[in-house]
Amino acid sequence: MSYTIEGETGPWELVIGLEVHAQVVSNAKLFSGAATEFGAEPNSQVSFVDAGFPGMLPVINRECVAQAVRTGLGLNAQVNLWSRFDRKNYFYADLPQGYQISQFAHPIIGTGQIDIELQDGSTKTIGITRLHLEQDAGKSLHDQHPTKSFIDLNRSGVALMEIVSEPDMRSPEEAGAYLTKLRQILRYLGTCDGNMEEGSMRADVNVSVRKAGEGYRTRCEVKNVNSIRFVMQAVEAEARRQIEVWESGGTVEQETRLFDTGRGITRSMRSKEDAHDYRYFPDPDLPPLVIEQSWVDQLKAALPELPDQRRARYVRDYGITPYDAHVLTLEKETAAYYEAVAKGRDAKQAANWVMGDLFAAINRTKTSIAEPPVSAADLGALLDLMADGTLSGKLAKEVFEVMVETGRAPGLIVEERGLKQVTDTGAIEAVIDEVLAKNADKVAEYRSGKDKLFGFFVGQTMKAMQGKGNPALVNEVLKKKLA
Amino acid sequence: MHPTDFTIAGAVAALEEGVISAEELTRAHVAAIEALNPKINALITVTAEHAIEAARASDAKRARGEAGPLEGIPLAIKDLFCTEGVQTTAGSKILDGFIPPYESTVTAQLKRDGAVFLGKANLDEFAMGSSNLTSAYGAVLNPWSRRNDPDARLVPGGSSGGSAAAVAARMVLGATGTDTGGSIRQPAAFCGIAGIKPTYGRCSRFGIVAYASSLDQAGPFARTVEDCAVLLRSMAGHDPKDSTSADRAVPDFAAACTRSVKGLRIGVPKEYHIDGMPAEIEKLWRQGLDWLRDAGAEIVEISLPHAGYALPTYYIVAPAEASSNLARYDGVRFGLRAAEKESDLRDLYERTRAAGFGPEVRRRIMIGTYVLSAGYYDAYYLKAQKVRALIARDFREAWSKVDAILAPATPSAAFAEGEGSDDPVQMYLNDVFTVTANLAGLPGLSVPAGLDPQGLPLGLQVLGRPFDEETVFAVGAAIERAADFKALPGMRAGA
Repeated sequence: MSYTIEGETGPWELVIGLEVHAQVVSNAKLFSGAATEFGAEPNSQVSFVDAGFPGMLPVINRECVAQAVRTGLGLNAQVNLWSRFDRKNYFYADLPQGYQISQFAHPIIGTGQIDIELQDGSTKTIGITRLHLEQDAGKSLHDQHPTKSFIDLNRSGVALMEIVSEPDMRSPEEAGAYLTKLRQILRYLGTCDGNMEEGSMRADVNVSVRKAGEGYRTRCEVKNVNSIRFVMQAVEAEARRQIEVWESGGTVEQETRLFDTGRGITRSMRSKEDAHDYRYFPDPDLPPLVIEQSWVDQLKAALPELPDQRRARYVRDYGITPYDAHVLTLEKETAAYYEAVAKGRDAKQAANWVMGDLFAAINRTKTSIAEPPVSAADLGALLDLMADGTLSGKLAKEVFEVMVETGRAPGLIVEERGLKQVTDTGAIEAVIDEVLAKNADKVAEYRSGKDKLFGFFVGQTMKAMQGKGNPALVNEVLKKKLA
Repeated sequence: MHPTDFTIAGAVAALEEGVISAEELTRAHVAAIEALNPKINALITVTAEHAIEAARASDAKRARGEAGPLEGIPLAIKDLFCTEGVQTTAGSKILDGFIPPYESTVTAQLKRDGAVFLGKANLDEFAMGSSNLTSAYGAVLNPWSRRNDPDARLVPGGSSGGSAAAVAARMVLGATGTDTGGSIRQPAAFCGIAGIKPTYGRCSRFGIVAYASSLDQAGPFARTVEDCAVLLRSMAGHDPKDSTSADRAVPDFAAACTRSVKGLRIGVPKEYHIDGMPAEIEKLWRQGLDWLRDAGAEIVEISLPHAGYALPTYYIVAPAEASSNLARYDGVRFGLRAAEKESDLRDLYERTRAAGFGPEVRRRIMIGTYVLSAGYYDAYYLKAQKVRALIARDFREAWSKVDAILAPATPSAAFAEGEGSDDPVQMYLNDVFTVTANLAGLPGLSVPAGLDPQGLPLGLQVLGRPFDEETVFAVGAAIERAADFKALPGMRAGA
């Protein structure tokens, strides 16, 4: 059953397309040598080119082009060996040249596609329309002075990839899953850090609604949404607004809107009549961008493993479930952690520990997989202590908690606290003899057929041994003695 | 011989032989500027003190045996080239007081080779004009005058009018210019000197205030073809800071000036015989062809079928690019800011740009904005780009038949202020013979070749294949030798 929103006139389908602006990971800007570090002092990373000074000229940064090509390859897309930069003309105080250099008519990357994973375990293919390179603008600060606006040009000229999807998504969930997957691919490729809070990835959301079986109705664009959760909320809010317009006899007008995250509604930013005439034309300062197929092939050969490939490998080589493989590959860092733990060990057990105890510890301690409370090497050592019988599962969990608290290696903790499990049959027999002697009545009951009491004896034995008895041995000796 | 009468080649030899020092040479030109600039207004900014210091340093370098090819040569720099620490106005109020913190590549290379800069030359505002009348820093007076109307104030041509007038009046030995539609060749012709617009991409545009990026090209002015060749060698060369600059070796252009033209095929475009062209221009053109024939060249009639569309094409492409290039003059970061206390951003833009730009610049920004607008783009800008491609193709076909083309530089001699200068379309006709070279990216050299009946200089123009400035120089030098142009302007140093 596909996703619909129920209006007064019945169910409505949603049609969603996303335009994502992803800041390219590079040391220098798209057309100047200025640095791109986030959070630097305002106007400290600005060249005369970025500030639009007279006589300054853009020179393309080869690494930014390589990053766009890598991303295109990661999106299974057509790489255009000939592309061109255009000027998009408009006036704004944080746009020093009075135009943005972008690829309007001839983008470097053409059509492609990615598969998104949905909650119900299904996947869906979303089309990519294009990817093009463009410059970012600076930042206007209107809250620094009662009557003046301040301009920070650090971001001016930073390379962005604009990644445009086909209108293939049909629910907020799909929009969220698309962004999640896109971000995952970009992070795997190392072409964008995907940090939406820092603004290095932003989404413009195109939404329209329709009745089943109809063509497309007018769409509206919700600009600059800066988290996956907000994208999902904005889709729903905008769809509900449009349904209300249509159902009250009105017409949805094509316009640009903003998502008010506080109130959970979209607001009109500018209508089609107010839309800029950007007067696009080829930038005469830049010859067409021509790249060699051999260079594209080199970049392709050097691509890292992508999420889909890695997931398939985990299922195939580690024998874990597709769901577990999905969870473990969502973040590149999680996958690396998992592989370090699983290497040469029980891969399923490793998956359970990473997704269970480790994730819980990360949540509890508000840390991250990049700076985990327990290192992959230490977790692996803990698994080894279980494998060689030093620790029972229960003891291992206790040791893990101590590891989280102290950051110490499991071997040291076991030694210091005497947590080592007892595997000496003689010692176990002595304790069991004592337990059985103390509970002669229960022994009689057990022997007369009350099998359930076996657990009681195990518990008593373990308690007497402070949990350090090897469970298998305890069971074995108990069975023998009670026989 | 008065020091201001030297050619560049002659001055280099005299400096080398110790006949004169760079300081003496510079001081003589500073004196000429002090005497003449108040009348001619060729220089917006005079950097006399800097120049004398630089000349002393030049003498010291020469003494150490480290002289560059232009060591101690006094030049004027069109005020469109950004010069570090020296005001650069582009002839516009909007850049009044703008002191660039960087140096253009062309001027940096001239300095590297030892040139001494005496000042920043006047020009049409943002290089938009053919008369130098659109400068916010006043008109430039052509040092030549009419025989029977000596009081008429003649224009030096434009946009590099100050550069041409300064060289003609012997205030400097040479100057830089830029040529977007004829802005070197037309003023050179009006002022009786030589000037070349090299192939697009030959000189870096880095640090030159942009007018129309796909057409703008820097080039030199001097009083001889050889001097232009010497200057161009220093100005040219690949620059990684300009993506449109050509990665090609720079030949010894001066050596090409002595090449024979024997056996060269010289094209005469039949479409250049335009209606209403003065008889003396036709006559001079024929004379030029005769000189080349006498020197052993073969004259071939050719056709450039789309030549007639060049002017309208230029006046779409150039303003379109200009409208975008000039968007950065917004009062936010540098130059003029005209704002009231309560101005909002839009008001700041409107006041600044209305106060900062003159009428011709405003006109071209409006034309350019119009031709790029939605609904008009295809009919104007896109159509013009197609015609531009056809014009370039016409030339490519011509190059299979000829090695160079000879044409008039301008449709008339210098005109007086007020004569037609209030009619923009009439004004644009000045560029009729020059814009094609810009649209096709070709090198074009203007050489003084004769006088009109009023005693005003007229120029002939040599066009060549892309990056074949050497043939252009060879043909230009042959015309120069044959013409033996000795006339001098009335207003000049040492007169």
